[in-house]
Amino acid sequence: MNNRLVISIASGKGGTGKTLVATSLAHALRGRMPVTLLDCDVEEPNDHIYMHARLLRTEPVTISVPFVDESRCINCGMCHDVCAFNAIAVLGSAVLVFKELCHGCGACSRFCPVGAITEVPHEIGVVEEGDADGIRFVDGVLTIGQPMAPPIIRHVKQYTGTDGVTIIDASPGTSCPVVQAVKGSDVCILVTEPTPFGLNDLRLAVETMRELGLPHGAIINRAGVGDAHTEEYCREEGIPVLMTIPLDERIARSYSRGVPLLDALPEYGERFLDLYQRIKELVA
Amino acid sequence: MKVAVSSTGPTLDSLVDPRFGRCALFALVDPATMAFESLENSGVESAHGAGIATAQMIAGKGVEAVLTGNCGPNAYQVLEAARVKVVTGVTGTVGDAVQAYAAGLLKPTSHANVASHHGMSDAQGRGIGAE
Repeated sequence: MNNRLVISIASGKGGTGKTLVATSLAHALRGRMPVTLLDCDVEEPNDHIYMHARLLRTEPVTISVPFVDESRCINCGMCHDVCAFNAIAVLGSAVLVFKELCHGCGACSRFCPVGAITEVPHEIGVVEEGDADGIRFVDGVLTIGQPMAPPIIRHVKQYTGTDGVTIIDASPGTSCPVVQAVKGSDVCILVTEPTPFGLNDLRLAVETMRELGLPHGAIINRAGVGDAHTEEYCREEGIPVLMTIPLDERIARSYSRGVPLLDALPEYGERFLDLYQRIKELVA
Repeated sequence: MKVAVSSTGPTLDSLVDPRFGRCALFALVDPATMAFESLENSGVESAHGAGIATAQMIAGKGVEAVLTGNCGPNAYQVLEAARVKVVTGVTGTVGDAVQAYAAGLLKPTSHANVASHHGMSDAQGRGIGAE
């Protein structure tokens, strides 16, 4: 079968088990079809811990920020007026550029009446491509202090496979970086934990999925740790629970030691293959 | 020369607003005469960079100083470039603040006194006063 399937993994609440699911699913499918794993949690990527990939290349990611030639500037303030992000301030004496607010849209240089603004590349992070024993593994790393993740996420997503399965590990929450990571995928799996905090954030994540029109299902991780409200919510809202992982100290132990789940508890290989089947049925 | 005071209301008896970038109003006051004008803060509508937008607006008003509670790093940078003095930690009414300034009791600061986004949610302090 040459169709490609792009599965994104999100959550709402952090620490629910997205990376556990993303890396385990990749390991379960390895060798059965082309597998690509993209770690799009670029502020704190951690899939690499479980993938042990051989690094093939590192590529810098840049955005274009304005450079003002003050000798040509006439202090008209047009650049400030067209900037939707207040990234450029024009005072009688000087023009100040706030790189961390700049979204690289190019409006300032486009509208400067005297052509005083050129766009120069500003490095905000890197993308790393590696091979994890047959799994194509790519992650993005946002440079510490840089506020904008989406440009790096967009770059990582360019490595989405053209066949087989691509798994995208997103960051927690429901804001820009998550939307950027899950947008365009065929299905999004929401990993949650059956606790009040988990449920609160799951609701927000579901709302986001509905807003994006993205097919979605849930995985309840650490079942047994909390209450039955999450299951009830999924039932009432018609959200298929594709897998339930019980609260199990063995999983916590091996995960905390950087041991892939399928190495520590091989019986999970079968369970993740089942998950894959259920995901395919959901998308069909 | 006039001073601009971040304000919660339109009169000299209104309390100083602890935020610079996202206050609703500014009071432009001449400390010598206490002649006074209320100005809406256009910067408050910014989704991003409110401090910068507000600072640019104030810089265009020809004031010698800003009296406010807290001023973040971006706003401070713009005001400094515009050679406008910044006094943080200001509390009480607008009128009292201007009189204290005129009496030389309020000293300008040399740097931002809070981190960016301080006045929005999750702020540790109450946003009033500074050490």
